[in-house]
Amino acid sequence: MGSGADGPSGVQGQSPWPSSLVRVTALCKRFGDTEVLTNVDLEVRAGEKVAIIGPSGSGKTTLLRCIAHLEKPSSGHVSIAGERVGEKLVGGRVVEMTDREIARIRTGIGMVFQRFNLFPHLTAIENVMLGPVKVLRTPRREAEALALELLRKVGLAHKCHAYPERLSGGQQQRVAIARSLAMRPKLMLFDEATSALDPELIGEVLNVMRQLALEGMTMLIVTHEMGFAEDVADRIVFMDHGRIVDEGPPHELFRSPSHPRTQAFLRAVLERQAMAAEVP
Amino acid sequence: MSPDPWVRAYDLLPVMLSVLLTGALVTLQVTAGAFVLAIGIGLVFAVLRTMPARLPRLIAATYVQVFRGVPVLTQLFVIYFGLAELGLRLDPLTAAIIGFGINGGAYLTEVFRAGIESIHQGQIEAAYMLGMTRMMGLRIIVLPQAVRVVLPPLGNFAVGLLKDTALASAVAAPELTFRGRTLVDQTYLSTQVYLLVAAIYLAMSLPLAHFVRRLELRLGRGRA
Repeated sequence: MGSGADGPSGVQGQSPWPSSLVRVTALCKRFGDTEVLTNVDLEVRAGEKVAIIGPSGSGKTTLLRCIAHLEKPSSGHVSIAGERVGEKLVGGRVVEMTDREIARIRTGIGMVFQRFNLFPHLTAIENVMLGPVKVLRTPRREAEALALELLRKVGLAHKCHAYPERLSGGQQQRVAIARSLAMRPKLMLFDEATSALDPELIGEVLNVMRQLALEGMTMLIVTHEMGFAEDVADRIVFMDHGRIVDEGPPHELFRSPSHPRTQAFLRAVLERQAMAAEVP
Repeated sequence: MSPDPWVRAYDLLPVMLSVLLTGALVTLQVTAGAFVLAIGIGLVFAVLRTMPARLPRLIAATYVQVFRGVPVLTQLFVIYFGLAELGLRLDPLTAAIIGFGINGGAYLTEVFRAGIESIHQGQIEAAYMLGMTRMMGLRIIVLPQAVRVVLPPLGNFAVGLLKDTALASAVAAPELTFRGRTLVDQTYLSTQVYLLVAAIYLAMSLPLAHFVRRLELRLGRGRA
């Protein structure tokens, strides 16, 4: 895929932020009559970790899905590494990219889903090998070594021949992370990666994500885990009703939120967490 | 005096069996040929039917409506007699394979479509995020999983097809039923011949049904 400022497609090319990996500009998304995203602007620099928080239905997941082009923006656009996602210039006109061109861009983006979405007919190691073998045409032996290394990294080398149904939710999600990493992505998107997990399994997944953050991966994390967001993120983005309402470094946003909507949301979340903590 | 028909049938049994088994072989040929053709057609049109673009979906839907809405016997007549009128003379066997193939293809399009749609959307999205195109995702991720869903109706289709090929006797394809009718014309032993024909159909369809069940059980393993 194209690198940084000299994006190959030429739609932009005038990027004022040469180091920005993701740029979302005036993004709107409607499903029928419902507007899910309204005029969203967002920048993510290479190596940055951005946590997106906010109430359910605020558009966090849709924003992530638009960045991955799993949803087509109604208006506005998304650029990754200087290249527009889903559109290109042909003879001075903006046209839609082909299936294959979008697929090429997606090889640089890893996505971890709330429901894991492991391939149930393949073992853990086969899940991790599939992308490199089928898409990147990596030799099987090489892909296998890489997959094993990644499974070791997420602490699951001993489960490499297990089918997903034999794994716990936390284990499945860790395999899913390894599967994404096998494509050596520049950007990782986490869509509520721990929301479907039993409480005692959340920690093991967060640890893997924390490790990844330490290694310098660019991460966009939609999450309800406030403690984790505060810990790991360089920046917190608060969304409500399809808009980015508030934005800032974690200590600022969590300690002294300026926007009343952020204050209300954080108060509600922290109260709930305090109550949960009181239960012996 | 004419001897007892059962005694006559017994005497003629080797001859009758050899004639009928030749027919059974043709029945199997028609079944196998039409089955393969129907699977190919069904796969292509099921993929068209699940495409995001409207035109391919419309083409596939029209195909299904037309070929499912006309009796297969009528389709056989059109292919065998109708095309001959237009100068395309097919031998009965080929006509039967094509007729049952395109008719079955319409049925299997719907079976395969249901199979594809039964696979959770998250599966193809995960494939997309590994950099796969839609076709790759369907081929590598969705279809292998859909096989499990599709196998029972596919098995039913095969067993049904085996029996339905009796209709090919109407275009003089020398299959089992056609041979039976010819034998009855020659021997007047209608009860005995048709019982024998029935027994041979059973001898083919029961193992087929059994095989499908075995396959189902085997593929069902390794996944809840």
